[in-house]
This record gives sequence, structure tokens and C-alpha cells, in this order.
Amino acid sequence: MNNTVRKIVIIGNGISGVTCARHVRKRDSSSEILIISGESDHFFSRTALMYIYMGHMKYEHTKPYEDWFWEKNRIALIRGWVTGLDYAAKALTLASGEQMAYDTLILATGSTPNAFGWPGQELKGVQGLYSLQDLEQMEETTPRIQRAVVVGGGLIGIEMAEMFRSRDIPVTFLVRERNFWDAVLPTEEAKLINRHILEHHIDLRLETELKEILADETGSVLGVVTKAGEEIACQFVGLTVGVRPNIDFLKSNNEQLSKQGQSTLELNRGILVSGFFETNIADVYAIGDCAEFRESLAPDRKNIEQVWYTGRMHGETLAYNLTSSTPASYKPGVWFNSAKFLDIEYQTYGHVPPFPLEGSDSIYWEDPNGKVAIRLVYEKESTKLLGVNALGWRLRHAFFDTAIAEGWTMEAVLSNLHKANFNPEFFDSPTKAVIAAYSQKTGVAISRKKTSFFHRIIGSRS
Amino acid sequence: MRKIQVLGIVVFLIGLIAFSLIPFIGYYQLEESTVRANVKDIHEEQLVSVLSPMYGQRYSSNFRFIADFNDHFNSYNDALKENQEWDNVIWDDYGFVLTKAASMGPVTEHPYLFLLLSIALAVAGGLLYILPMHRKEPNGIKHDGIYFSSMKSRGLIGIITGTYLILFYIVLYWFPEYLTNLVLMVDPLSMALSGNPASQWFLYGFIYTLAIVVMGIRMFRKYKGNAYQTIRTASVMFFQLAFAFLIPEILVLFNMPWHDFKNIWPLDYSFFFEYRIDGMVSSGALGMFMLVWGILLIVVGVPLFTYFYGKRWYCSWVCGCGGLAETLGDPYRQLSDKSLKAWKVERYLVHGVLVFAVVMTVMTIANYFTGFGLLGNATNQVHSIYGFMIGSMFAGVIGTGFYPLMGNRVWCRFGCPLAAYLGIVQRFKSRFRITTNGGQCISCGNCSTYCEMGIDVRWYAQRGQNIVRASCVGCGVCSAVCPRGVLKLENGEETGRVNEFPIIIGNNTVTLKN
Repeated sequence: MNNTVRKIVIIGNGISGVTCARHVRKRDSSSEILIISGESDHFFSRTALMYIYMGHMKYEHTKPYEDWFWEKNRIALIRGWVTGLDYAAKALTLASGEQMAYDTLILATGSTPNAFGWPGQELKGVQGLYSLQDLEQMEETTPRIQRAVVVGGGLIGIEMAEMFRSRDIPVTFLVRERNFWDAVLPTEEAKLINRHILEHHIDLRLETELKEILADETGSVLGVVTKAGEEIACQFVGLTVGVRPNIDFLKSNNEQLSKQGQSTLELNRGILVSGFFETNIADVYAIGDCAEFRESLAPDRKNIEQVWYTGRMHGETLAYNLTSSTPASYKPGVWFNSAKFLDIEYQTYGHVPPFPLEGSDSIYWEDPNGKVAIRLVYEKESTKLLGVNALGWRLRHAFFDTAIAEGWTMEAVLSNLHKANFNPEFFDSPTKAVIAAYSQKTGVAISRKKTSFFHRIIGSRS
Repeated sequence: MRKIQVLGIVVFLIGLIAFSLIPFIGYYQLEESTVRANVKDIHEEQLVSVLSPMYGQRYSSNFRFIADFNDHFNSYNDALKENQEWDNVIWDDYGFVLTKAASMGPVTEHPYLFLLLSIALAVAGGLLYILPMHRKEPNGIKHDGIYFSSMKSRGLIGIITGTYLILFYIVLYWFPEYLTNLVLMVDPLSMALSGNPASQWFLYGFIYTLAIVVMGIRMFRKYKGNAYQTIRTASVMFFQLAFAFLIPEILVLFNMPWHDFKNIWPLDYSFFFEYRIDGMVSSGALGMFMLVWGILLIVVGVPLFTYFYGKRWYCSWVCGCGGLAETLGDPYRQLSDKSLKAWKVERYLVHGVLVFAVVMTVMTIANYFTGFGLLGNATNQVHSIYGFMIGSMFAGVIGTGFYPLMGNRVWCRFGCPLAAYLGIVQRFKSRFRITTNGGQCISCGNCSTYCEMGIDVRWYAQRGQNIVRASCVGCGVCSAVCPRGVLKLENGEETGRVNEFPIIIGNNTVTLKN
């Protein structure tokens, strides 16, 4: 670090980079902070892209901070793509040719959609959905689409299908697995979502894989062929088979550097980092989707964390470390995530594997209407709660964070389950039915303290 | 289904066009006996002679009739004013009653037919459009295409609708004599309810109530499966229909003062005005009950209910202005300004109006008890300034006319003095809050976008902070539209309601203050 003001440059204005910048500024009023993005002038919520297409919001509504916020907090913003990084000289080059120096460099470059080398994947009308530019391209193609094919049964796939349905465009949804997102969801949950997808008139094709994409004479999509040989005419193919760290420009930069005999950034699938988000090069850090931990954080956590929440936590942690004399290693707490499958909300806390693990058991309850379900996973012997999946039922994060961290038994969890209910007022709470299901399975009776009439009238949950 | 809905729009538009044209049909003829029957005794002789040139003349339009009437009436008054004969000047407004009494023609003869052709047709068309909405669709958020809709995103149709509403309010408040045909149309209904002929306010109350009921049914369709929205909408429909529309008319039938039991000072800014107090005091036990009930609501009802439930118990469950905003205004909720600047303006304006209302009322009461010695004329001046600027201009013209331009809660947010009072209680002493669910927010912006009060809900949710804001009316839509189940309106312990430290969970490395 030099003696003058420290200059922190962050590449990427997504949730990780922006969270880091905000927290550095809160704790350190002197450092210069600069965020560079090629995608947008301002931070926006990537998870809200689908709502722009569906007409629920405009782009401006997806910006979590008003435009004056950045200047007020002295966070400088530059729009541009970084093309060259010189780690030895601590300098970078933008596509515009502009060069600048940094003292601390933070790589928060996010992800890019996967494509697995299918014939025709470069055609017009074939794309993923990750960036603002992807959305713009989708909008541009839309008037020509009579049918869209979405490939890949995951979170972005179902979003894309929902987006097209909102415009009454027929969608065929190709899912390689036996059920929707069943690499993550246990079978019952996945099947519930299968049924909901069909209810929305989406042509769901399970155990169907893409073989190739067909082109017309202008180089646009004409249709797809499945591995079973079926041809489906379409004008759009959405490739939503996961994302990978967005590090291609770092790879080519490494090649340049190694030609000059300079040391390069260590990359694997992502940018390799320690628990302190340090790369192999001093004063260069990586956070968010693009970072890959050298060492596993926990048995149930992946080395590349690609969700909004982890991006935010990475940003918080690095900001703390950059402004503290006692840096702390990243220690995520109880896992949590959420999504919305068309009309059905999904929340998960703790560890719920897609198939039962040795020594654990679970109870699954599904409402007869097929729209609400909950799974509680616990240790067989001790009945300690390990994780929960909820569909169509909002649960209180704080409740399950505590229950899982402290290892509450099923009896303790179930007798307090009404406190975990986060559904809006007057909504049915399936608490009783879940307790009954558990009692039926295990023969253990669960008693629950009754809420007094007065407490119910004033709407208190205690 | 689609065809029925298109038919509904066509039928609605026919009704609306009929409604807009009816004021201009028929003819007008004034007779001496009409004048005698419709003016106060003290003005009778003067007016009979002033208006005598008009007798027996048949006017083919209300414009000509009103122009002629104003000519005679104003030149009489102007002459008196010039000679400073202030006591003889007629300050009463006879334009509306005499135009109404002079109106002849088809509407007078067939009021039901015209009621059927206009308002009934519009209601039928509205229902044809609304009832098939979202049939065969699963429950869920129905916001597809809102920002592609010209009506709902300040497009041309929205601007035209806003302009129409603004014009309607201007005519209703300041030129009601042009609406006499519409009022005649609802005369039989008013006679049946209260035994009195209709005024423009009866017409307005009737349309207002119908709007809440019909658009309330739309809410049932749009938010099907959402119990909170359904019950809340049923509540505002009930309070409007029973408390604001039927009960006051029935009171009049029994020679009681017109009284809306759920209206609370200072929204009901004239509650302490001399004529209201006199009306209540002179109406026996029920009149006294009105007075005591009204005062109890102000000093006990508002603080107590707001402590337990937040201001929503009134603003989005009971209030008539809120009722219209939540039903007719629902399609425009996303148009409210969410900027910090708007919040600053809001705080000055809404509390300014509250101060104005309080000062005016203190003046009025002081005046009442000092026997109108000290502040007699000044109080009347203040009353009419408030009535014009706040009661008519702000609450009516801007409050509702600007629905399609600035969202459905312009009045409630920037102008309502009762909302300001409720808000102060809600902010500082209440069990109500919108709880943020740990760290689940993804900053998508649906909550802020659909907040009709212009609260940047996301600002709080994304930093794991509960939402405790004076302006929140507890409509529950932020919670409904949240795709990740982050927001819950609830009443609970006061401890931890306002949390300075975030409740973002999931990162055990450090706890950072947001």
C-alpha cells in the first residue's frame, strides 16, 4: 500500500462488488473506491430481470439505490470492459484504451451461462439469460417467436418459461433429469413442481435431452432435435443449463502475461481464493460467483457459491477484512436459499439433500391441493433437525437458523412450528397437519401451547 | 372469456359516454313558482324580481340557461357590492338548485331509463370485464404486462383517464349546476333512501360507492387465494356501503343530521364546525352519541387501535378515501414516486396539513365558546380556504384525479391530516411492523414498485431491517408480491421492532451494521 490514499478498484457491479464497496465505505471514509462494469451504469438486481420482461417492473425499478447514492457515498462508477490486467504494475486497461492504477483489486465478475457444445448453439435466437444484454436480446427476438424451447431444468429455465408464458408464447421445456431440478429437490418436491409447470400450460418434457439446434438459411433458429430424434419447430432456444465463473478474459490475460514472463492469476473453474478471498497475487481478491475456494468450507457447501446471498456475504466479509487489522476467514452459517417456481415459492434452510442420507430421516407433508409442502430432515437417532424445504409456505428464517444451528429435536421444532409461520395474516397455516403427519409416522405425540384468545385478537405470535 | 371481456369494455364505454352526454340534453325553463319554491324566504322577493326576465323562456341547453342566470344574478349582486350594500348581497349559491328545478325533458321524465343507460350500463360492463378475470389461472401475482399497459403506466389512455377525472372533480366541486341532469337521474333513489331529493353529493356518493364495490370485486379476482387482501377488500366495501352511504341517508330519513360514523377528525375537518356541533347537539340522544363517539374515536380509538394494529386498521380497512384508493386505485399503485425527494416533500406537506387542520379547529372551538366575538369572520375565511385548498382541491381533484398520474394514494400520502396523526402514533407507539425475513431479500424491487405509499420497502428489506414507517397503510401488497417470502405484516412485541442492527442471517464471519 502506498502512503497516499488507497485506491480500491472493483471489477463488476453486481451484488458482491457493490456490497463490498458499500461496506468498505462505511468503515473507511478515506479510501478511493471505483467500480467498473461493462454491463450497466448502475447496480441493478439481476434476479429481477425476468420481471422487466413480464412487465411487472421497468429497468429503473430494479436498481436498489437511486442514482445519486454513488456520488454521495464517493463510490466512483465507470462503464467499460476491462481488457488487460498488469498485476506487477498494479494497473488495468479498459476496452476504451483508458489505463488506471489500483492499490487493491477486487474481481467480482460473476458468471456466464453454460453451453455444452451443441451443434447450432451459436445461431441467432439461441441464448442464455444472465445479463442485461441477454434480456435485451431476448426482447429483440420476441416478436419472431411462435414457440420457444427452453433447455435445462433449473432455476433460470423455469424463469424463462414463465417469462414467455406471460406473453402467451408457447414454451417447450426440455429437462434432462427425471423431474424438474431433481439434482437439488427430492422427488416429491420436484414432482409437485412438475405438476405446477403443466398447470401453467408449459410443455414439459422430462428425460429429454437436446441433440442439436437447426438453422434456417439466414442463420436463425428453425427448431431443435432431441436425443430421441424428435424435431420441435421453434424460433428461440434458451440454454439454461447452469452458469460458470466469468473468467474467460482473465484466462486470455494470463496467456498474455505468461508470454511476458510475468506471474499469472491462478484459475481453476473459477478464480482460486483462500478463506480470506485472497488470490495467489498480493492485493488481488475475488468474491461472488467467480471465486472458487481452494479448500472446502463445509461438507454441505460447494467451492463455488453462485447465489445472491453468498455473493452478498462474500462482499461483507472482504469489506471487513480490507478495513480491519484482524481479518476473519469466511464462515458462512446455516445454508439458506429461496426461489419462486411460477406461483409457488420455495425456501430452504440447512441441508436437504435430493435423496436420503445414511443416518438421517425426513418427514414430508403435502397439502391435498398440491400447492403447499414441507420436508423436515433430521438425524434418525437424536431427531435433531438438519434442514427444511418449504413450498408454498413462507417460513421464518431466524427460527430455522437457530433451530438448525442449535440442533433442536423434532419435538422442539414441531411444538414451536407455529412461530416459524411467515405466511401473511389470515392465511391457513398447515402447522397442525404437519405435526399430525409426524406423530403418525413416529408415534410421538407433540403438544403445543395454545395461544390465548387475547393474543390471537391482537395478532401476537408469542 | 376474452370476448365477454371485450364486450364488457364496450358496454362500459357506452355507459361512460352516456354519463358524459346526459348533462347536455333536455331543456330548461324557469317559472316564478319554481323560484319561490327553491329559495330561502329572505331572498324570495329579491330573486323573484331579479330573475323575472327568464320566466317562460325555454333554454335549449344548460349552458345558455346558466349563462343567463349568472348574468341576472351577478349583475344584481355587483350593483349592490358597488354601492357597498353588503347586507343585501345574496351570498347563497342558487345556481345548482334553480338549474335542477328548471330542468325539463327526457331525464326528468324517465330518470330510471337514463340511470340504466349510463351508470347501470357502466357497472354491468365493468362486471362483464371483471368477473371472467383470471379464470382458469392458478392463484398468484397477476402483474403481467402492467408496464406495457397505456392505462397503468402513464400512457396516453392513463393521461386521458386522469384528465377526465380531474375535469369531473372540477365540475362537481365548483360547477355542479352543469350536472343537474345526472343528479335528477338519481333523485328517485335518494327519495327512497332519505326522503329528500338528490344533491350533487348524493350522486357523487352513489358513484363512489359503486366504484368501490365493482372494483372491490376486481380485487377479489386479482388477489384470489390471498386471504388478507380478500378480507381487507370486503371490509372497505362494507364500510363504504353501510357507513358512508346507507346509514347517513337513513339518518336523514329520520330527521337526523347526515353523519358518517367512521369518519374521524381531522379527515372529517368540519366535525367541530358550528353547524355540525349545533346539528348534533340539537338531535337528541343520537346526536349526543355522534358527538361523543366522534371525540372518542379521536382521543381513544386512533391511539388504541393504532397501537395494536398500526394505522392500517383505518387507512386500508375502514376509510372511504382509502377504500377508493384500494379498489378503483389499485391498477395505479405502482405509479407512486419512491424517491427520497418525494419522501421529504411528503413529510412537510402531510404534517403541514395536519397543523393547518389543528389550528383551524382550535380557532373554531375558541370562537364557538367566545360567542363568535373575537374571530367570527376570520374563522369563516379559514374554513373556506381549507375547504377549497385541502377539502376540494387536494383531496378531490388531486387526490383522485391524479390516480393514473401519480398513483392511488396521493391524498393519503401527501395531504390527509388524519393519516399524519395515525402515522405519528404508528411510528412511535405501535406493535405493528413489516417484518423482514432474515437474509432472504434479493433486492428485486417488486415491493417498492407496488407500494402505493411510495415507501422504498426494498431499502429496509435488503438490509434486514423491519419496515416501520409513519406512512405505511398496511395494504399488504408488498408482502403479496414478494417472490421470496421476505415480508410479513404483523403485530408483535415492541422490543426489536425497530432494529438498528441488521437481522441478515447466514454470515457467521462478522456482523456488520448496515
